[in-house]
Amino acid sequence: MTRRPSRFRILLLAIVLSAAPFSSPFEAAEIPLAERRSSYDMMSAETRAMQDEDTSNPGMLWVLEGRELWSRKVGAARRACADCHGDAAESMKGVAARYPAFDESLGRPINLEGRINLCRTERQQAPALAPESREGLALATFIGTQSRGMPIKSDDHRLTPFIEKGRALFSQRQGQLNLACSQCHDDNWGRLLAGIPMPQGHPNGYPIYRLEWQTLGSLQRRLRNCMIGVRAEPYLYGAPEYLALETFLMWRARGMLIETPGVRP
Amino acid sequence: MTRALINVPTKAKRGEIIGLKVLISHKMETGFRYTTTGERIERDIIHTFIATYNGDEIFRANLHPAMSANPFLAFHAVATESGVIDFQWHGDNGLAARQTAKITVE
Amino acid sequence: MDRIGKQTKATRRAVVTGAGAALLGAAAPTVVVGPARATPEEMQATINKLVGDAKLKAGKITIDIPPLVENGNTVPCTVTVDSPMTEQNYCKAIHVLNERNPQPNVISVYLNPRSGRAAFSTRIRLSDTQNVTVVAELSNGSFWSASVNVVVTIGACLEDVI
Repeated sequence: MTRRPSRFRILLLAIVLSAAPFSSPFEAAEIPLAERRSSYDMMSAETRAMQDEDTSNPGMLWVLEGRELWSRKVGAARRACADCHGDAAESMKGVAARYPAFDESLGRPINLEGRINLCRTERQQAPALAPESREGLALATFIGTQSRGMPIKSDDHRLTPFIEKGRALFSQRQGQLNLACSQCHDDNWGRLLAGIPMPQGHPNGYPIYRLEWQTLGSLQRRLRNCMIGVRAEPYLYGAPEYLALETFLMWRARGMLIETPGVRP
Repeated sequence: MTRALINVPTKAKRGEIIGLKVLISHKMETGFRYTTTGERIERDIIHTFIATYNGDEIFRANLHPAMSANPFLAFHAVATESGVIDFQWHGDNGLAARQTAKITVE
Repeated sequence: MDRIGKQTKATRRAVVTGAGAALLGAAAPTVVVGPARATPEEMQATINKLVGDAKLKAGKITIDIPPLVENGNTVPCTVTVDSPMTEQNYCKAIHVLNERNPQPNVISVYLNPRSGRAAFSTRIRLSDTQNVTVVAELSNGSFWSASVNVVVTIGACLEDVI
């Protein structure tokens, strides 16, 4: 894969784009399916090596914890995930690859963390796990890694209105920097920002061990970071906007392979 | 209880130099960070790591706040005889933990 | 990429005198708004304490650190010291130091002939673009050093909690 030449035009580009008349409808150019690249491809060899080996991938610490939690009986029902779902390697294979999934009872998509909490509250009669809680992330990572190497599936027509909503959010300018996600991640991926190549922004490695956080975190946490990065006020955890974005991003990455737990800079 | 992933070969030939890896779950709070209201966050790190092979020390490290969170160490040992490789680590606030692995040497 | 180290040019005597004053200043209690930063002089003082009266020689050490790191919070670092690791001749200690984090020490590793190889890998925090220096002590009492320059775009240690 050839890298685009490294030039510091992005800052200039951001200034130029921000200065453009605010009323112009900015049409983002979608990345052609064949040109999509996992953020893994943008990383340095050392960071890739960190992800590649299970013995040195820090995300595996959460997989280890998740495996233990899978078999732990909790809640008033004294029930473990394993009691209903058995061996995760069998029952959870491919699950993370098709989430967020449409939930009939709620009439909207639900992400993996939300699905885990539904099981917690309804089936285990245990309190829901807080967003970014260690246990919630451990379970999401453990379940996520059962789909490692599998392609992302997004072909449920019931998700279409949410994908469209997510696409609109992805293309809308926001924050004091007045930038849309698409301006960096569709139009300028591969170019350098502060010495680091900008990725296309696919969610195929989540939850990820992010070197910046020095811990593992969810896609929502990463989206919040981006919003803070363009100096926009982030939505609260669990906001429908995040669900719409997650659903859109998984559709945008359809066919790409799951890498959970990913390591990212 | 600190969580750790240790990687020790289960079998080795006598005299062979084996590779050992350990990845320990720990924040490694440096003591140099501040909250948004200006309070310093107390240091909380793993400061000592010792590996022994059937009781003999094969590797020891003193870690400082400049070590990354979730410390990772990869080192070596000579496979001398079958037995137990023991990993111990100590840290601030009375942290003490250990994990062992068995090795068969032919 | 140049991996073998360069020795510092300052004379030991001048640095020891200067470092003494710097250490005294650092020991006084102060209210700090931000974390204090080490300096190349502090790193040199730490090295001098390790080495004592022995002469510090260049060589024997290979430091494997990416020349440009993506994130200073987790910098992979592999150090190898050329040593047969026999009872007669082995590497006793390897010290990794830096010059711009709040403190000069990073990790000190202690070995013996049972260690097999004088090499280890780990992940370190680097707050800024700086030199990383490694000092190795051999069983015959000799000291060796090497250093590399690492460019860090997003640094560790000095960021606020959100």
